[in-house]
Amino acid sequence: MALVDIRVDDIETWHVRAGRTFGEFAESRVAVAALGLIVLLLVVAVLAPWVAPQNPYDLSQLSIMDNKLPPLSRSLDGQLYLLGTDDQGRDMLSAIIFGLRLSLTVAIVATGIALVLGACVGLLAAYAGGRIDAVLMRIVDIQLSFPAILIALILVAILGKGVDKVVIALISVQWAYYARTIRGSALVERRREYIEAARGLALPHWRVVFRHLLPNAFPPLIVVATVQVAHAIALEATLSFLGLGVPITEPSLGLLIANGYGYMMSGSYWIAFYPGIALLIAIAAINLVGDRLGEVLNPRLAR
Amino acid sequence: MLAFLFRRFGQGLFVVAVMATLVFVGVYALGNPIDILISPEADQLEREQAIERLGLDKPLWVQFALFVKSALTGNLGISFVHGVPAIDLILSRMPATLELAFVALVISVGIGIPAGLLAGLTPRSLIGRGIMTGSILGFSVPNFWLGLMLILLFAVELKVLPAGGRGETVDVLGIGLSLFTLDGLRHLILPALTLGIYKASLITRLSYAGTRDALLQDFVRFARAKGLSERRVVGVHVLKAILIPVVTVIGLELGSMIAFAVVTETVFAWPGMGKLLIESIYRLDRPVIVAYLIVIVVMFVVINFTVDLIYTALDPRVRLSGQEA
Repeated sequence: MALVDIRVDDIETWHVRAGRTFGEFAESRVAVAALGLIVLLLVVAVLAPWVAPQNPYDLSQLSIMDNKLPPLSRSLDGQLYLLGTDDQGRDMLSAIIFGLRLSLTVAIVATGIALVLGACVGLLAAYAGGRIDAVLMRIVDIQLSFPAILIALILVAILGKGVDKVVIALISVQWAYYARTIRGSALVERRREYIEAARGLALPHWRVVFRHLLPNAFPPLIVVATVQVAHAIALEATLSFLGLGVPITEPSLGLLIANGYGYMMSGSYWIAFYPGIALLIAIAAINLVGDRLGEVLNPRLAR
Repeated sequence: MLAFLFRRFGQGLFVVAVMATLVFVGVYALGNPIDILISPEADQLEREQAIERLGLDKPLWVQFALFVKSALTGNLGISFVHGVPAIDLILSRMPATLELAFVALVISVGIGIPAGLLAGLTPRSLIGRGIMTGSILGFSVPNFWLGLMLILLFAVELKVLPAGGRGETVDVLGIGLSLFTLDGLRHLILPALTLGIYKASLITRLSYAGTRDALLQDFVRFARAKGLSERRVVGVHVLKAILIPVVTVIGLELGSMIAFAVVTETVFAWPGMGKLLIESIYRLDRPVIVAYLIVIVVMFVVINFTVDLIYTALDPRVRLSGQEA
């Protein structure tokens, strides 16, 4: 009975804590606006096939006659090209919406997997301590001393092109951040009484780690994960721009920009311009939210 | 102090060894080494000769020993495309990259520290908040796209700066540099700005946090209580406190700039080692990729080592904790 009471209490504190965190978060209007923007982008990305004016992958819908039209022009049959068309007569707005869908999917999937992987490694290091901790953290340190772009480039160079390869590269780049972050907070939590109590009850290790340690060591990870999603989007775009990322058949935002690069010099600026604006909006909105979350969840930086 | 240096040096060697092993595993063991190391245009006889010459018929540990041995003598293979030793190719491209990275670093520090200090001193003012929001935009903007937009504005629309290349170079101590000719400088400014903006935002944020932290510390309060002028408090005491983290980050960022130059160099057709890497990846010129990796790992270890030294000199507490451990 006593145990059940503690659990109920725990759940309540979680709710209260989350509510308070959101309240504090909402004090910044910029951050709320950014959060709204992210939700909007996510909705657009998920509903892409219904929202986009045309299916940019369906070649039968494209009319080569409409190639490289500037923004706000109309096609022969009167369809409005809000952001212009590319060299194949593809509506840029549709291409951007579908590109955003791919960019966000890649980034979110990679971040999710890296988060789980990194959290497991970090928790293991913190809970086991001693030599295991030293070895794992040394690996993390070495990896973090190399820039993400370099690791990703090399991995993609060895593995080859493709969406799955990019996801693997992004996971390999990210996991170490989560491992280090959760180890830091788990080391603090580990010394608290409730962990001692849980261990005193002779609960199995996995239960102590995942039911007691993990939930309490998790909040700092939210901040890191938010910022890392933004990083992942930028990194995927960079790899794709360099021609080492996603295949040409399913262009992400980075590849759309790379395609526009060639037509920029001859004056068709919009092909490279608008996909970049979409990238900038997505990344900046996520960073603004991450920045505010960091202020709210990290008491050291609080006003 | 000496013991600390030796231990750091040993750690550096260890990292190089680990990375070299990983490179070996990645290039020689995981993939098919014959495909990787022998040009695809080679005929059957050439293939067999090459297999024997490279020792690919020997057991893996012998191959590893051979790889280490030739790497130690500076032989990292011959480029398939250029037909010259890969290491020479990398070293000949290195000055261009280093020049770009250094100028970008100067730009980012020149913008970052004053902006961060200003924002940290007046966090609630319009300027302070503007700087901090601007810094978020600065590190959110995709680097390669920023480069494209600068080209679009200054080279295509305004036609005042060149879109790419390195321009005229001048030999300084036998190394060609663009920094000292007007034409070279005109070519350098856009890529250096592109590379510098991202880091400028990071340094701004770091200086901002450092300034706000320092203002609450006892030594700043004490300096104020002593009646020192605001200029002296900020210019000496606060600045000194924020320099410690900034120096560390600058060191690490120099390394990351060299890596990030890969993207900038590709956008601006800047003939550095980053562009060479991308070209080599396209053309499957694996010896160059391997050589680039080894060179960059050694560079990183050297940079990290130097940062540690500067850090130790700046902050006496590090030295103490270093000796205890």
